[in-house]
Amino acid sequence: MPAVPQPVRVLVVGAGPAGMQAALTAVASGAAVTLVDGSPSLGGQIWRGEQSHSRAAAALFERVRGSEVRLLFGCQIVDAPEPGLLLGAAEGKAEWLPYDRLILATGAREIFLPFPGWTLPNVFGVGGIQALAKGGLPLAGKRVVVAGSGPLLWSVAAYLRGRGAEIPLIAEQTDLARLVQFAAALRFLPSKFMEAIGIARTLIGTGLRTGCYPVHAHGADRLTAVTLRTSAREWTVDCDYLACGFGFAPNLELPLLLGCTVRDGFVVVDEWQQTSVPGIFCVGEPTGIGGAEKSLAEGAIAGIAATCDVKDRALKGSTASLFAERLRCRRFADALRRGFALREELRTLPASDTILCRCEDVTIGRLIGHPSWRSAKLHERLGMGHCQGRVCGAAAEFLLGWPMESVRPPLFPVHVDTLASVVPSREHDG
Amino acid sequence: MREQFEVRVNREAITVDDTTTVAAAILRAGVAGFRQSPDGHWRGPLCGMGICAECRATIDGVPGQYTCQRWCRPGMQIVTGAASDGEAPDELEER
Amino acid sequence: MSLPDAIIIGAGIVGAACAERLSADGLRVLVLEADVAGSGATAAGMGHVVVMDDNEAEFALTRYSSDLWRARSAELPQRAEWEPVGTLWVASDAEEFEGARRKLAFYRERGLQAELLDEQSLHEAEPQLRPGLAGGLLIPEDAVTYPPPVAAWLLRQMQERGGELRQSVRVQAIAGDMVVLANGNQLQAPLIVLAAGAASVGLIPALPLQPRKGHLAITDRVPGFVRHQLVELGYLKSAHGSSLESVAFNVQPRATGQLLIGSSRQYGQTSAEINHGILSRMLQQAIGYLPGLAHLSILRTWTGFRAATPDKLPLIGPAPGHEHLWLATGHEGLGITTSLATGQLLADLVAGRPPAIDAAPYAPSRFADSFREEAARAGTV
Ligand SMILES: Cc1cc2nc3c(=O)[nH]c(=O)nc-3n(C[C@H](O)[C@H](O)[C@H](O)COP(=O)(O)OP(=O)(O)OC[C@H]3O[C@@H](n4cnc5c(N)ncnc54)[C@H](O)[C@@H]3O)c2cc1C
Ligand SMILES: Cc1cc2nc3c(=O)[nH]c(=O)nc-3n(C[C@H](O)[C@H](O)[C@H](O)COP(=O)(O)OP(=O)(O)OC[C@H]3O[C@@H](n4cnc5c(N)ncnc54)[C@H](O)[C@@H]3O)c2cc1C
Ligand code: FES
Repeated sequence: MPAVPQPVRVLVVGAGPAGMQAALTAVASGAAVTLVDGSPSLGGQIWRGEQSHSRAAAALFERVRGSEVRLLFGCQIVDAPEPGLLLGAAEGKAEWLPYDRLILATGAREIFLPFPGWTLPNVFGVGGIQALAKGGLPLAGKRVVVAGSGPLLWSVAAYLRGRGAEIPLIAEQTDLARLVQFAAALRFLPSKFMEAIGIARTLIGTGLRTGCYPVHAHGADRLTAVTLRTSAREWTVDCDYLACGFGFAPNLELPLLLGCTVRDGFVVVDEWQQTSVPGIFCVGEPTGIGGAEKSLAEGAIAGIAATCDVKDRALKGSTASLFAERLRCRRFADALRRGFALREELRTLPASDTILCRCEDVTIGRLIGHPSWRSAKLHERLGMGHCQGRVCGAAAEFLLGWPMESVRPPLFPVHVDTLASVVPSREHDG
Repeated sequence: MREQFEVRVNREAITVDDTTTVAAAILRAGVAGFRQSPDGHWRGPLCGMGICAECRATIDGVPGQYTCQRWCRPGMQIVTGAASDGEAPDELEER
Repeated sequence: MSLPDAIIIGAGIVGAACAERLSADGLRVLVLEADVAGSGATAAGMGHVVVMDDNEAEFALTRYSSDLWRARSAELPQRAEWEPVGTLWVASDAEEFEGARRKLAFYRERGLQAELLDEQSLHEAEPQLRPGLAGGLLIPEDAVTYPPPVAAWLLRQMQERGGELRQSVRVQAIAGDMVVLANGNQLQAPLIVLAAGAASVGLIPALPLQPRKGHLAITDRVPGFVRHQLVELGYLKSAHGSSLESVAFNVQPRATGQLLIGSSRQYGQTSAEINHGILSRMLQQAIGYLPGLAHLSILRTWTGFRAATPDKLPLIGPAPGHEHLWLATGHEGLGITTSLATGQLLADLVAGRPPAIDAAPYAPSRFADSFREEAARAGTV
């Protein structure tokens, strides 16, 4: 084997659990690792912010900070102009990021579904209110209705309560029967089980309603109350905030831009987390919504694969247990998907004057008669705004069965001069 | 304990520290509607994670900043209420 | 519908304009569109309705069509975002300013409003332009529009007269008075109009058309940043030259307050992907004229394909050697502007009415040789 003159350059995009673990594993193999994230700090969605809490997280933060991994925050990847090179935008400046191996750990975003009033100020996502709270939003004495779907509802409700919020109820759209099935699946992940028990303890006294969902948010210039519905009744609850999210959709824009194959809504990877594009790996939520444990296992596997030859990989002692852990997590991911599948009634919530595309104020009524996303986009401006369909895309897919169109640079809005910056010449690469 | 400092949200002084996001500072000032949509509806943050673009406001004279993705820094001047993406609101009226 | 009188292939703005005019003459029209109405280059182009002076034939067609646009502008739907902003041709140096003077004379001789701006009045008209430019030429009657809803509006009129639009229907082949669809079905009409833009050549390989790729980028809403469609006078070199790759400063204020930034031209490209190299050149060119652009945000970028003939004039009229086939394509970078005139000319020629302008310069028969060669190759007559 010819000697490699320079350490292999591994670029990891996304500094959540998956990306942090991948970066640590890769740097331990002697690679030159850069970890880049669009948000201002380590941790991704779950462990957001400087003063994050869980002990496992704190340990991982310590290790990443103490390692040789080069950290680059507040840097959004906006373009992939040629193989081996990404363009980032950091505080309005262009940042060229060359790599030999790329690990995509871009995570997921919440799915928001439209219903009358969902655009009012003080209607937040579930992950959204948690992120705002971690960023310093005071909650003491606030009444917060938590609604939508998935285990995130409970953990966020517990978190908000811990910060002094009053939680009049948690509205979970899935039915009790499915929830019980899901609970049984927690055996795949003992840690999740313990977490669930802990959360259950904090939530005692908080009404968890299953088969329950919001149908109308009320207020003039901000939220004052929300109407909820079950098969039995409909009633209105006064509140300061509504936290509402219907599960997660993976951030696929960068994998798609790079030409990675996506099937059934997720990036296709081989057993080493390599995508259809050689040298590009994908870990965490974009390969299947499964939570932090899955992200950690996949991150470690990709960290090994990105830095070791195929024959050396098996020599890494931990791979067998990583593979086993990943399998457990994937079973959990399947249970998650089945347990919290969205109910049909949610499709009927928006009225014709309910806004679907918030950036461009496109109402549901204006979509009537359009055969496709593209048609509605061209003629009604659906998805043409700042978020580039990141919010309305998932909703349109659920409500209308319209898949989103292809992605193009820039992946996020970016200054003209940043996008205008010229690809650096290859000599300066290393 | 972290060092406290002030930022200004539409001229009101708000005490924060360097773990406070600009979005949280605006909400602390009692402002719920950060900006207006093209048809003039008030909007505030939704996702908290740099996806939805609903939390945009003007920071130190630069319009259209994603406030949920920015930490507060001493002396920051934050202005809400822009009627469109890139446009800085007219110099603040005394409200 | 019972057998249509005419089948139009392509519901871009040109196909839509032909459909509207033919149906106004009482023909039952069927429009077949592979994607959705108003797609193709119509969904990609800048929507600058502009009178051009490169040669008499181009001037005649753009001027006639602009007049038709203005005559109907009050009827346009709101979504068409018709804004009579005018074109401001920007001269960067004394040589280009001379060019502006020549243009002024050309337009004035032909009765078109035009106004020469010196450095100072240019700055007053567009304060964001960098200082030190030589001046400019203002054509106040030019306008901008958002083309897809215009195509939809034209098609609605055709439908109200009993015509039909079928979307997601791809034409696979044209054979005599039949069109063969991708699903194998066949449809028949005595008149077939090919208006498939740059894709037309896929159906009739003899067409003297080359795809000419263009990149565009759109910004945030920044109302009032610029007031006119701004085009560098060097644009004419880019548009009418035949170099493989060129960029020119071309910025348009949209009704939404956004800025549309163009433009690039590339031959020999078939992939719609964004090419970073040419995009960055194009953006740098724009920043060079409008320094304040540098810190505005780009929301998205895209590309489109112009259908370019060797002489840059469109193909409007019967296809040589094809008894039932008529052409309405090859509009290069002016098909939004010239769509309405194309529809009117085509309908006039079909009906045997004398058109308002001489249609000969656009007759496909000027390329009869290349059609004959194809016929020879195919062994047909
Ligand atoms: C809003 C939200 C809140 C959540 N809260 C919890 C919780 O409390 N408990 C729980 O168990 N699970 C929670 N989850 C699920 C949790 O995120 C995942 O289980 C876990 O974090 C997955 O890790 P990850 O590394 O795959 O993705 P993430 O943690 O989402 O990390 C992805 C990172 O990549 C960055 N990124 C994406 N695209 C780009 C780009 N183009 N350029 C630069 N950076 C980019 C993002 O900013 C993000 O920091 C939450 C998820 C979301 C979306
Ligand atoms: C970057 C760029 C900027 C431009 N700027 C301007 C400008 O400012 N002003 C101006 O006047 N012009 C401009 N143009 C030119 C203008 O956009 C085009 O000339 C015009 O849109 C052509 O319209 P069309 O209907 O002929 O073709 P298209 O709009 O391409 O429509 C053709 C239609 O045919 C359909 N089709 C294709 N193949 C088949 C098939 N086999 N079966 C069925 N349907 C089919 C397509 O889906 C499409 O909808 C620009 C073009 C580009 C690319
Ligand atoms: S709240 Fe969604 S981008 Fe800031």
